Amino acid sequence: MNTTMTETEEAATTSYTHIGKARLRREDPALLTGEARFIDDLTLPAELWLGIVRSTEAHAKILGVDGRAALEIEGVSEVLSGADLAPLWGESALPCAWPVTDDMANPPHLPVATSVAKYVGDAVAVVLATSRYAAADGAAAVLVDYEQLPAVTDIESALATDAPLVHESLGTNKSYTWPLIPNPEAVDEAFANAAHTISERYVQQRLIPAPMEPRGVLASPGVANGELTLYSATQVPHILKVMTAVTLGIPEHKIRVVAPSVGGGFGCKLNVYAEEILCSALAMDRGVPVRWTEGRSEAATATIQGRGQVQHIELAADTDGKVTAVRVKLLADMGAYLQLVTPGVPLLGGFLYHGCYDIPNYSFECTSVFTNKTPTDAYRGAGRPEATYAIERAMDSLAIAVGVTPEEIRSRNFIAADAFPYESSAGLVFDSGDYQTVLDKAVAMANLDTVRTEQTKRRADKSNKLLGIGFSSYVEMCGLAPSRVLASLNYGAGGWEAATVRVLPTAKVQVITGSTPHGQGHETSWSMIVADKLGIDPDDIEVLHSDTAISPTGLDTYGSRSLSVGGTAVFMATDKVLDKARLIAAHQLEANEGDLEYVDGSFNVKGTPTAAVPFAAIAFAAFTAHDLPDGMEPNLEAHVTYDPPNFTFPNGTHIAIVEVDTQTGDVAIVDYVAVDDCGNQINPLIVEGQIHGGVLQGAAQALYEDAVYSEDGQIVTVNLGDYLVPSAAEAPTYRLASHVTPSPTNPMGVKGVGEAGTIAAAPAVINAVVDALRPLGVTDMAMPASPQTVWNTINNVNNEAPGGAS
Amino acid sequence: MKSITLAVNGTERKLDVEPRTLLVHALRDELRLTGTNIGCDSSSCGACTVLVDGQSAKACTMFAVQAEGTSITTIEGISGAEGAGLHPMQQAFHEHHALQCGYCTPGMVMAAISLVEEYPELDDRGVRHGLEGNLCRCTGYQNIVNAVLACAGAKEEQS
Repeated sequence: MNTTMTETEEAATTSYTHIGKARLRREDPALLTGEARFIDDLTLPAELWLGIVRSTEAHAKILGVDGRAALEIEGVSEVLSGADLAPLWGESALPCAWPVTDDMANPPHLPVATSVAKYVGDAVAVVLATSRYAAADGAAAVLVDYEQLPAVTDIESALATDAPLVHESLGTNKSYTWPLIPNPEAVDEAFANAAHTISERYVQQRLIPAPMEPRGVLASPGVANGELTLYSATQVPHILKVMTAVTLGIPEHKIRVVAPSVGGGFGCKLNVYAEEILCSALAMDRGVPVRWTEGRSEAATATIQGRGQVQHIELAADTDGKVTAVRVKLLADMGAYLQLVTPGVPLLGGFLYHGCYDIPNYSFECTSVFTNKTPTDAYRGAGRPEATYAIERAMDSLAIAVGVTPEEIRSRNFIAADAFPYESSAGLVFDSGDYQTVLDKAVAMANLDTVRTEQTKRRADKSNKLLGIGFSSYVEMCGLAPSRVLASLNYGAGGWEAATVRVLPTAKVQVITGSTPHGQGHETSWSMIVADKLGIDPDDIEVLHSDTAISPTGLDTYGSRSLSVGGTAVFMATDKVLDKARLIAAHQLEANEGDLEYVDGSFNVKGTPTAAVPFAAIAFAAFTAHDLPDGMEPNLEAHVTYDPPNFTFPNGTHIAIVEVDTQTGDVAIVDYVAVDDCGNQINPLIVEGQIHGGVLQGAAQALYEDAVYSEDGQIVTVNLGDYLVPSAAEAPTYRLASHVTPSPTNPMGVKGVGEAGTIAAAPAVINAVVDALRPLGVTDMAMPASPQTVWNTINNVNNEAPGGAS
Repeated sequence: MKSITLAVNGTERKLDVEPRTLLVHALRDELRLTGTNIGCDSSSCGACTVLVDGQSAKACTMFAVQAEGTSITTIEGISGAEGAGLHPMQQAFHEHHALQCGYCTPGMVMAAISLVEEYPELDDRGVRHGLEGNLCRCTGYQNIVNAVLACAGAKEEQS
């Protein structure tokens, strides 16, 4: 197995000119000079600005909306309540595309509430105005009369019989329960026979995704023909087009959605939002362009949040620490409504609570509840960071119970390198991996012997700067997704991706991708793939995307799917172009196509390199159509829609070394080692960048970020002064390495890397903090491990200990 | 409305603005210099950083009227005219893959130019603390730090 992989690996790097080599991004110049156009940079004649009046209450009846003062403001033309707006969408609700169970509760979610506001930030009225400032002034001047209702904010008490109800008509705060328990008796038996059991409770705090560009929308009507052009800072223009058609009843063929340059998404722009529907509906109704730009403080409640779970994880293990069963009960916070894929997010982790370990018995059950808070939805990793956190924290606890090192407990349980394809107890088939080699590389890079010597010394010296070592070995399911698997999960769409490769008469090439980049560098990577296959310069290839008029079919960018699904479609479409080019070349050379070879951009008869037909000649021949094989269509282009046969399974081991100041509670990451296997790499430069940024986002969950709510549902962390997105001063230096086991799932052997860093980092950092403080009696640490939390945890342990200062 | 005169990227501009109009909105909405981005409403993110008389400033922390008589440089004003090439800091960001989505980039580049100007002998810590007021969500900062150090180093060698 390993030998084969090494050969594939070599083939991947030796036979290509561009693939596998760092290439600077063609996206950069426009972004670096300010020429790139983001949503707020666009402008249209006669446009109106939308200002949104948002609920200041977590749960309240809307008794009245008074727009008189707002209408006095120069430039404000209309004030509209939810009731005023209702005719624009009738009974239609904002879409949830993932009804995970048949009995899932999914109450109607209108773009603007009509009678009850259900979270702080819920839209309750809008104003239309002629300028940015007038819209803000107008929204601020609208008076809303509320009657406060009791709010439910804590998910663990949301199912209590006396809990207030978010949606009165449901009679419960439960949305659904989703079990994945293939063999309950075997799980019970494993726990009954276990030598060691671990039982832990972890809290995944809510996170604010905070891409640097807030959201924005500009909807432009074509009155004469009933058309809508919708510009939105979205990750998903194709999904948005379908959903806008369904929600507003605008015929889909009349809708064009354009995602301009998009300033990051991290999952929060994978949605269909009230503002997109609002701007579209108002633009079509009023016959003028309507726009909205989100403020950062507005984004804290108007854009989805991530995570928001309470995890109960149990492990059963034998005397050697070999895990025999994992049992997870998950409580997931949906927020007040279900957004596009809200209910599915916990389930994306639901298959991975065994981590990268060969655990034969599996039990997972998720119960999801409504609360009076902003809806949750996909945030970088979406379910998989949570799962990885739980299993990696629990494995460290098991290592302590068994009396071995964290690396030893992992080695004893890894899925073996020769076990692939590996069918997991949760029902997935893992593609490839060599988890032990990856861990060994990370251990070697982290200089663990030296660090442990220093750690021991500081402990002995009673130093107040304690060192901790934290491991995180992860595996994720990426490349979303085989459409039939999505069907089995009740997801409302497929998981394919589309690509067109079009050769122009002058042998320049257009690549059209349905995958929608927002910082990932698709244009550079896709051009490398096509250039290598066609034997031409990447600069002769243009990659077009993010506009449904140019790229009519696609399923967009999320779930680390772009390369393994979208890139594969590009790869396959290029093959189809070559197949057709070969037929044309054979015709011109009067040769059998099977006797041709394609070398350095020319076809020739094997062994006769002098009689060659260059690619440019074929491109021109396809255009003139003067001398093509009988019956051949005069073009040189191919379209492929690729539906992956399986997920891909990137994996890796990250090691964080932290220094904890026991007097202040401050945690500093002093070293961070990441060894990742994302399969074959197209552009290692981009892979590195994705891991850097991903790691910091995961580390930020561990140490800094928390969407804090008061008990009555008021959000406290509304801006970037309170919500601590780390700066360069907090960020560690990352040391990276890769290991490659090509995925057999797709022809390029790629797996995906967009979420890996985030999935791995949080447990590595928290395991390190706990490791540092274990001599003080600390066995757990809540996220974020802020100085206050760390200091309190240390002191609470000391106070609880016998003889402690109580 | 109040009339102001300021130099933007070397050209004198006259504007009529409300007294409350932020400099960043005057640049973006009035002068249509949209390279300067807005990422927050609390002066935390630095996406709107420009140079005011050669010193970096967050353009959301100033009213346009406060810029009366100043010389403003935005991201549009630092690369060579007529496509004569990127500014050395822009080039360093490109070569070190110091941007992904690119939204924070104009502000980050302007802040970095000012930092290197003010502190020619920067080290890793110096860059990290010097850019503390500029947030990036994509890169994890390492490549930004490397780019700024490379640019600063090249500048040192030349002088």
